[in-house]
Amino acid sequence: MNWADLNLMPALPEIFLLAALSFILVLDLFIPDEKRDVTYGLSLLTLAACAALQLATFEPFATTTFSGMFVDDPMADIIKVAMYGVTAAVLVYTRQYVADRGMFRGEYYTLSLFALLGMNVMVSSSHFLTLYIGLELLSLALYALIALRRDSAAGTEAAMKYFVLGALASGMLLYGMSMVYGATGSLAISEIAAAIASGHSNAVLLVFGLVFLVAGLAFKLGAVPFHMWVPDVYQGSPTAVTLMLGAAPKLAAFVFIIRILVQGMGELSGDWQGMLVLIAALSMMIGNVAAIAQTNIKRMLAYSTISHMGFLLLGLLAANEQGYASAMFYAMVYVLTTLAGFGVLLALSHAGFECEKLEDLKGLNQRNSWYAFLMLLVMFSMAGIPPLAGFYAKFAVIKSVVDLGAVNMGFGMVSALYLAVFAVMMSLVGAFYYLRVVKNMYFDDKQSDAPIVVRGEMKVLLSVNALALLVLGVLPQGLIELCIEAMRQSLAVL
Amino acid sequence: MLTLTHFLVLAAVLFSISVMGIFLNRKNVIVLLMAIELMLLAVNFNFIAFSHYLSDTAGQIFVFFILTVAAAESAIGLAILVVLFRNQSTINIEDLDSLKG
Repeated sequence: MNWADLNLMPALPEIFLLAALSFILVLDLFIPDEKRDVTYGLSLLTLAACAALQLATFEPFATTTFSGMFVDDPMADIIKVAMYGVTAAVLVYTRQYVADRGMFRGEYYTLSLFALLGMNVMVSSSHFLTLYIGLELLSLALYALIALRRDSAAGTEAAMKYFVLGALASGMLLYGMSMVYGATGSLAISEIAAAIASGHSNAVLLVFGLVFLVAGLAFKLGAVPFHMWVPDVYQGSPTAVTLMLGAAPKLAAFVFIIRILVQGMGELSGDWQGMLVLIAALSMMIGNVAAIAQTNIKRMLAYSTISHMGFLLLGLLAANEQGYASAMFYAMVYVLTTLAGFGVLLALSHAGFECEKLEDLKGLNQRNSWYAFLMLLVMFSMAGIPPLAGFYAKFAVIKSVVDLGAVNMGFGMVSALYLAVFAVMMSLVGAFYYLRVVKNMYFDDKQSDAPIVVRGEMKVLLSVNALALLVLGVLPQGLIELCIEAMRQSLAVL
Repeated sequence: MLTLTHFLVLAAVLFSISVMGIFLNRKNVIVLLMAIELMLLAVNFNFIAFSHYLSDTAGQIFVFFILTVAAAESAIGLAILVVLFRNQSTINIEDLDSLKG
């Protein structure tokens, strides 16, 4: 490799993020506790600068660097800008929460930024090595974040469970990667795709590896039958960290799946389609049914996440551009909804009180009708009630399945209509527990009179966030066209 | 004569032992960490065997990265274990059941 040819421009935002993050890490050592707001402000500033750099270096086609290990395509650009925004929103929403619980320290901010860096690397990698490094950077930062409240028994238990199952998932992924490497003789995504297309690869090894890859990906996504960790981790983590690991990482996981299954092994879509159908159907069923039985709202949202991941996979299994674009749209809307939902929970929590039981939301309308309205938007969007964004997202993925006509289940073709009808039925089941929250807020008597104190910047951002669900529901065309265009540009080259 | 298949079978056996270790072990969290370590080593075996038989060094380089990440991972795992022991005075897996619903 010739050093003079090394073009670092595609990786500029990541390089800046790493430099800024290291600077914050060192600077934070010299900041006294009462001036910790400097770390907070600098983190937000870093995110804004990264987003600006990302937009400034935007190219409507894919560019690679680091010997083809790192790719910067429109899909990565859009997802990364979304992740900067989501991470910034998480930091704003959790500012008061972490201060009330002794977590308002430099580690919280640097670990969050490290997790973001890991996600960025995941999103932009076109080689198994960078995919793995990015994934581990994200996971290791998250393990530490969950255990950040060292005196919380639930938090450390959740961290241990996440650690063990996360490591198991990484092991499965790596085992799959090693099989694919053996079958195709390469670790670069584009070369793997070329080797599979040429037919010179060992088919048995390849399918064997594919099974492990899909299992590892399902683990990371939290889809049935690899979902056991999701409810425990969501419930046990401090709500601030639950939001951190429930929001932006889902976007990164989506691109991760696109890179491996679509760009790398798109030729084998007949093989992975059947597996995804099964995983998607089981996730929608178990997620929605188990959520009904929950009394802890964080645990309920965890099961709802599992069902939403089922819907996301519904778009992916269509294995065409329209399906991928609808899945990307679904991921974006899901993250926006989760952000607003946990934002309201964080707003209702205060020092010494965690808003995490369903009863804690009772009579919210009497206490503060604005937050009750925002939560109503979130719940309606998750249930998929028009005119909110969640409805259009569900509509788009189900439409991509219906357009498919029939799906390959491995043992034969099955009409895609069954799958679509099943998905609609499951979202009806889901509507029950979302509407129960709304009923709690509007038709039950309030349980406490504690005033709801929220910082000004959070109040504004949370309102914008929740109202965006309404706006996106009425005018989804802009974002969906952006997703379609990004998918077309990104999948055309590799 | 050792062929690629021998190495792959050995790696598969090690991998299965480690997965069993994670799912069947009901006693000690440290055994879990050992099982995780074994799993990554089984994968390394695979990579090196393929790398040798394909005459391609990329697989061996990947192994260096896996080893490094595994070291960082066990550091974090042990740190969580210490915090867990401080909170619960036990590292018995059956006692890690406060989260359910």
